[in-house]
Amino acid sequence: MDRTKKKATKVQVVIVGGGIIGTAVARELSRYKLDVLLLEAEPEVGWGTTKANSGIVHGGFHEEPGTLKAKYCFPGNQMYPQLCEELDVCFKQNGILMVARTPEEMDTVQLYYERGKERGVNVRLLNQEEVAAQEPNLDPGIIGALYAPEGGSVMPFELAAALMENAVQNGVNFRVNAEVINAWTEDGKKYLETEEEVFEADYVINAAGLFSDDLARMFGDDYFSIRPRKGEEYIFDLSVRDVVKSTIFPVPGKISKGILVIPTAAGNLMMGPTGDNVDEKEDLGTTQDGFNRVFEGAKSLVPSLNPRQIIAQFAGVRAASDRGDFIVELSPNVPGLVHLAGIESPGLTAAPAIAADVPRLLKEAGLELEQKEHFEPRRRDVLRFGSLSREEQDALVKKDPSYGRIICRCESITEGEIVDAIHRGARTLDGIKFRVRAGAGRCQGGFCQPLITQLLSRELDIPVTAVTKAGPGSEQVKFVAKELSEMEVAKS
Amino acid sequence: MKQVHVDVAVIGGGPAGLAAALAAHSEGAGRVLIIERNVELGGILQQCIHHGFGLHRFKQELTGPEYAQRFINLVKETDIEVMLETMVLEVTPERKIYAVNSQTGMLEINAKAVVLAMGCRERTRGALRIPGGRPAGVFSAGTAQRYVNIDGYMPGKKAVILGSGDIGLIMARRFTLEGAKVEAVVEVLPYAAGLTRNVVQCLEDYDIPLYLQSTVIEIHGTKRIEAVTIAQVDAQWNPIPGTERKIECDTLLLSVGLVPENELSSQAGVAIDPVTNGPLVDESMMTNIPGIFACGNVLHVHDLVDNVSRESERAGMYAGRFAVGSSNPAPRRIKVVAGDNIRYVVPHEVSTTEPVEFFMRVQRPEDSVVLDVGGLRQLKKTSVRPSEMLDVKITPEQLQSLEGDTLVMQIVPQKEA
Repeated sequence: MDRTKKKATKVQVVIVGGGIIGTAVARELSRYKLDVLLLEAEPEVGWGTTKANSGIVHGGFHEEPGTLKAKYCFPGNQMYPQLCEELDVCFKQNGILMVARTPEEMDTVQLYYERGKERGVNVRLLNQEEVAAQEPNLDPGIIGALYAPEGGSVMPFELAAALMENAVQNGVNFRVNAEVINAWTEDGKKYLETEEEVFEADYVINAAGLFSDDLARMFGDDYFSIRPRKGEEYIFDLSVRDVVKSTIFPVPGKISKGILVIPTAAGNLMMGPTGDNVDEKEDLGTTQDGFNRVFEGAKSLVPSLNPRQIIAQFAGVRAASDRGDFIVELSPNVPGLVHLAGIESPGLTAAPAIAADVPRLLKEAGLELEQKEHFEPRRRDVLRFGSLSREEQDALVKKDPSYGRIICRCESITEGEIVDAIHRGARTLDGIKFRVRAGAGRCQGGFCQPLITQLLSRELDIPVTAVTKAGPGSEQVKFVAKELSEMEVAKS
Repeated sequence: MKQVHVDVAVIGGGPAGLAAALAAHSEGAGRVLIIERNVELGGILQQCIHHGFGLHRFKQELTGPEYAQRFINLVKETDIEVMLETMVLEVTPERKIYAVNSQTGMLEINAKAVVLAMGCRERTRGALRIPGGRPAGVFSAGTAQRYVNIDGYMPGKKAVILGSGDIGLIMARRFTLEGAKVEAVVEVLPYAAGLTRNVVQCLEDYDIPLYLQSTVIEIHGTKRIEAVTIAQVDAQWNPIPGTERKIECDTLLLSVGLVPENELSSQAGVAIDPVTNGPLVDESMMTNIPGIFACGNVLHVHDLVDNVSRESERAGMYAGRFAVGSSNPAPRRIKVVAGDNIRYVVPHEVSTTEPVEFFMRVQRPEDSVVLDVGGLRQLKKTSVRPSEMLDVKITPEQLQSLEGDTLVMQIVPQKEA
């Protein structure tokens, strides 16, 4: 494509990528008098690695001292309660438990305890009896544990969507379905091209996740690369919700934190993730072998887990870098280009802290920042029918009858909530599932999907055959009835 | 919050709920209420536009909507109340029901008796953990049936169907009639899971291949499904290496079993049978919670709607009696046990004062056998199939003659009997 054909639009700061990092940065920059644009390749933000994240807000005791992971993880953890309160996002501060089964493992747990203490993390050591009292369903062979009560769980997709929504409230522009297909520098200026448009940016924040090395290379930066590493997760029925209170970690291996048992913010129990290097950045398939390893690992922590109660599984790909650490820095080659790359675990936890550090990097790069007089930290309240009392539910339905129509019966999600999600930016069946959990329950959308399809069609004013699961090409019902048989008749 | 008081509240307006409500009403229950979440009565029958319903009950081949309409008409002739588009959110052991609809808001319904008739849901791809990607175009067969028969859309034009349950077989024919190509029906068992007549009328008549002892081992595609890999399985259902075959398709339908929807029941403290996934009931179809009854597919998954109606009439009758206070606790209880080649029996416990009709399923197909009802009755069967329920009626007199407090239901060879 000839890059000169499109007229370039000038923007002060372009953020490439609407994952948890890009959206957190967008909201952070919306505090300042700046012209900011976020470009997201997918139909909705939070759609890449973010949506497949385990959702754990880590304690901040795991990370090797001296790494950027250590620098940002614990401060990020400390920002979560306020951030989620402001954005009306569910944050379940249920704590983290790292358990040991041998004296050697207990020695390692002790090391993490000291590491945590040094950083100011609220950590405690528990003996066998204390572990059993706190988590009676854990394997009795566990002899002790490290407990970090300030760890927790969020729904990462919900958080990314909320960050974006709040950033937009505060003046940030964004485009979805806007993959950067070309980027270059010319006369000291940076250009980014999508299918539709070209932007001329003073500053570019590379938050392109799995594709951050590709974007860097478009600008001529070839000094890091992304090594995709896949993780599979398995979700249990909501009835398996009180088996453990905290997120249960084994003593970690060399590469990953191991197979965890995670009480998610949504309430379901989840187990995973695997950590397998893969060739394809978009290899999102689950495998029998992955399941076997996840189940073996999880069962060794919680013996009562029953695979028959699994309702769903998914895989995500971590955007690990060849450095083994986060990359949060100004490009050494391209002025005004900030790389936020290699954000693997604990990237979700670190995201608010990384975002808070971006203004410093931009200042270093010469951008003058002035705070807005009026930054609105809150987004419009989200009405969650299921979390209201019976009286509140009654009052809500009388005010808005659409909250009296339950669409998703497994999770009791109302038409009102789904329509609100669409008005906030949901465009697809998956987007609705991730935002409001309609279709995420035990029937996996078997009953509600046709109804949600109709709501998307009605609210977006598109035909039912144009409603997608996850963007163009993933249309769920492709033909109007009789269309095919008429085609057959026409042929014969 | 609106308060309502009724004699019998029936949760679910499908075939089970309709029959139960009518029977409760006939039994003299003054205020009978059907609570239905859908926009109309009839339940899943409304999307079953094929014929084959009512052969036992009406000696006629009706479509699903026709069968449902017969009951809906009967309900209309009575003063049975119906709340449509109303979702029950909670049932308490004290028989208080919280429900919501957009016209009234939240309702608190106090019922003297409650009949659980919520039906079942389909097992999902997630529950099966089929490896591979998660593209669009993977449906449970009933969801696809709704898209085609109610909403008027065709999911795709080249389908593979995993599982030979009845809905899958029916949808194989529906897809074919709608102009799509059904490449294969794949079944992990060595025999079809659905009714024999459906195998003949839906697959054989349309030359749709049925691959037995086979399963889908991988789903291909990122946006829309592009293909599946199927493989033969051994006796433990493990794929046999070297038998893999890739079949291109744009749609995968799953007909791999139904699960009674008992989340409300469990909340109310109703004890669940791990085999049927439905409540444990006695001869009056009452659960362990006094005044809460269950019938239809929420109790156990049925083969024919005719059987649902019959069972639900009993549940409704006893619920009506309970509500008007004319039921008496029985002195002697008999525990019903599933013996040789019996997967389950409903009801789970009976008295010796009421006539009982037992419904049961076998574990595996057998020919030339006898169904032995605790030595009280012996019924010759030319064949038994897991897809076809067995039923047998026992009188109070027969039950009274039983020695001990256990009735063993079993399949025995004909020569031994």
